[in-house]
Amino acid sequence: MKFASTRPPHVRPARSVTRVMGEVLLALVPATVAWTWFFGPGILYNMAVATATALACEAAVLALRGRAVRPHLADLSAVVTAILLAFCIPPLTPWWITATGAAFAILFAKQLYGGLGYNPFNPAMAGYVVLLISFPEQMTRWLPPLLELAGTMPAALDAWQTLVFTLTGTLPTGTGWDALTGATPLDDLRTQLQLAVPVDQVRAAPLYGVFGARGWEWTAAWIGLGGLYLLWRRVIRWQIPAAVLLGVCLPAALAWLLAPAAYPPPTFHLFSGATMLCAFFIATDPVSAATSPRGRLVYGFCIGLLIFVIRSWGGYPDGVAFAVLLMNMAVPAIDHFTRPRTYGHAG
Amino acid sequence: MAAACRAGGGGTAVNPARLWHFHGGLKLDARTARAAAAPIGAVPLPPRLVLPLSQHVGQPAEPAVSPGERVLKGQPIARPNGYVGAKVHASSSGTVVEIAPHPVPHPSGLSAPCIVIETDGLDEPWTGYEPITDFTALTGPELRARVRAAGVVGLGGAAFPTAVKLGAGSGLKRLILNGAECEPYICCDELLLRERAAEVLTGAQVLLQALDIARCVVAIEDDKPAAQAALEAAIRAAGDARIEVVAVPAIYPEGGERQLIKVLTGEEVPARGVPPDIGYLCQNVGTAAAVARAVTRGEPLISRIVTVTGDGVAAPRNLEVRLGTPVAALVEACGGYTGQAAHLLMGGAMMGFPLADDSLPVIKATNCIVAASREEVRPRAPVMPCIRCGECAEVCPAQLLPQQLYWHARSDDLEPLDDYHLFDCIECGCCDLACPSQIPLTQYFRYAKTELWARQRDRARSDIARERFEARRERLDAEQQARKKRLEEKARAADEARGDEQARKAMIDAALERVQARRGSDRDDSPGSGA
Repeated sequence: MKFASTRPPHVRPARSVTRVMGEVLLALVPATVAWTWFFGPGILYNMAVATATALACEAAVLALRGRAVRPHLADLSAVVTAILLAFCIPPLTPWWITATGAAFAILFAKQLYGGLGYNPFNPAMAGYVVLLISFPEQMTRWLPPLLELAGTMPAALDAWQTLVFTLTGTLPTGTGWDALTGATPLDDLRTQLQLAVPVDQVRAAPLYGVFGARGWEWTAAWIGLGGLYLLWRRVIRWQIPAAVLLGVCLPAALAWLLAPAAYPPPTFHLFSGATMLCAFFIATDPVSAATSPRGRLVYGFCIGLLIFVIRSWGGYPDGVAFAVLLMNMAVPAIDHFTRPRTYGHAG
Repeated sequence: MAAACRAGGGGTAVNPARLWHFHGGLKLDARTARAAAAPIGAVPLPPRLVLPLSQHVGQPAEPAVSPGERVLKGQPIARPNGYVGAKVHASSSGTVVEIAPHPVPHPSGLSAPCIVIETDGLDEPWTGYEPITDFTALTGPELRARVRAAGVVGLGGAAFPTAVKLGAGSGLKRLILNGAECEPYICCDELLLRERAAEVLTGAQVLLQALDIARCVVAIEDDKPAAQAALEAAIRAAGDARIEVVAVPAIYPEGGERQLIKVLTGEEVPARGVPPDIGYLCQNVGTAAAVARAVTRGEPLISRIVTVTGDGVAAPRNLEVRLGTPVAALVEACGGYTGQAAHLLMGGAMMGFPLADDSLPVIKATNCIVAASREEVRPRAPVMPCIRCGECAEVCPAQLLPQQLYWHARSDDLEPLDDYHLFDCIECGCCDLACPSQIPLTQYFRYAKTELWARQRDRARSDIARERFEARRERLDAEQQARKKRLEEKARAADEARGDEQARKAMIDAALERVQARRGSDRDDSPGSGA
């Protein structure tokens, strides 16, 4: 009797790229819900625009390169890039800006380097930085959380008005930007600290919450929860998130202990801006991160350190994107110097 | 037990209360429930036995019989060729009908020389090897000689000649018997331990005697309590305090000797070394049983236990199989194929290789036959690009960086691979299984190793050629120099000779002149005198 050939190992693998990416998307669901709850449906529109653009760009390049389109679209990596990008941009963003970011991320940061697995830079962060530099005004128009705060918070757009804005870039008649938007907590803190207002006094404002800022701290917590899910599912390993968080906390705690009036406590850093998103979802992008366990510790810690440095002394309120891109550049060197000891070889 | 360990001799003690970990590995579904439930069965004598001359690591054996010759069960039919080699014995009585290349079970799927015996159904035994009652009276070299004569090789899968391993030297700390059968489907060692624990124990005693080692530890995975209990009972019955059983966690590839030594002792075998370098010797439990039979009963290695399993087999079980029996006969003895049999594997689910058809013979290294259904094996999924997730490195028991190795191997940039310790890869397949992109990593590494070996061979060959060429040139140069020198000498000699001639000529000339001068004066004188 004749038999068909097969190659070892003959056990069915439990994982696939699609599954890994799918788990990442799943882990972002609670944070998306929280985000929508606090900041309105804008993020959902941005996600839709970014995903559609990313998939279209990916398909177009794959077709141009003569690659199989379907399996590469089904790997969901482009969707993950799009969703992460959508998490970084303000809820009220016209569609062409979102589309520009997503297109840059896929076309330039990913496919020009050879597609999935070959991009040295995190595509979502590359796309975001392009937007931050090209559309500085639009990229800093953040909405305050939709909370009942006895008239301290400005009015908000409803779902329809947000959609109209996303599609046309025009606000409803009679509504101005000043009435709608405010600075992000990180931005506000930064401005106030430059005016030599002590941290305690700044954080007494209604914008701020227990750890970070109202709304923001909750989304950060839900993102952290999603991250724990990824750890539990072994989609990511503990080294990068732990190192990023430590990298932020350690210098933040030191600065705070030395000058509590000029520096917010480390918990504020953890629950503000994109720290959590970075630690669990952005820095952990395997393609652009260091791969050895020790290398991941170094990589993550340096990202955390850079986030703190850029936030405290840099020109931008949040430094996640720059920190990640800078460390992406250092990955080959980190990997080179942190090779694990092979069994039976001396240290 | 710990105290006994310390009393046992120098070095790190194997302490069952303290086990170490090896890096990575995978917890795999054992898939042995069905086959391990039935006792070891027998296979009817097949009409033809095909015995490859190479069933072991080392040079193929040389035939010691010729076609037409009648052989008896257990009679040596091929002798080892070189130190690293093993005898082959007839596994039943009959007539040698052919010595010719036949397809053999090997990943390459190629043919190799085999001795084919047509059995006569009599199973008439050969009595060349004497049984002995007391092996403790024999010396190490005598025991080794008996093991070598019986053609025993490692039965765990590697098939390294056991007698060669027994020449490891003296002063070893521990004998480690490997009953950690970690690969899915395989349970032949478990059944051996359950049914023939006394034989394994005797084997351990013989090996301790042969190597002059004070203590032995038998490692059995903790998901095989019946096997542990059976061996422990046998040890108690024999009252041998030198041998202890240790339950080790069932993690693939713990059965690899380097991994097992790490788990038991916390020590690592040096990369280019072997376990005796750090004081340990590892033998499979099946090998120990074969050693026991060879030494005490004078039985050569002509049969072994094989697990026959998979959804493609009606009644999976373990069988005592004569070497040379076609795989089809094994499946027949297990109730034949079910309709689901789609693939045939030799070995386990991780490192086993596919067989093209079931006429191939069972050899010394065959521990398992799997007739797998389509659902049991890995489907052919499209290979996606590496996303550098590093899961391969997380599971690698050799602590390698498979993703880096792959990166270089794929681009055929093989030189840096040695630097990344490619040759420490044990090809266990863990990285393959962990890879979300379905990259056949182990295949790449096998290819890269073969390619590097080939290049090394080529380099060695070209080195030899260059050396030869240089030697020839030197020789020719030397010859030319010598010839030149000879010619010069000749020329000089000739010159000298010519110089002599000129001198002689000058002398002659001078003499002639003198003569003429004298004649002239004579002439001057003579007329006067004559006048």
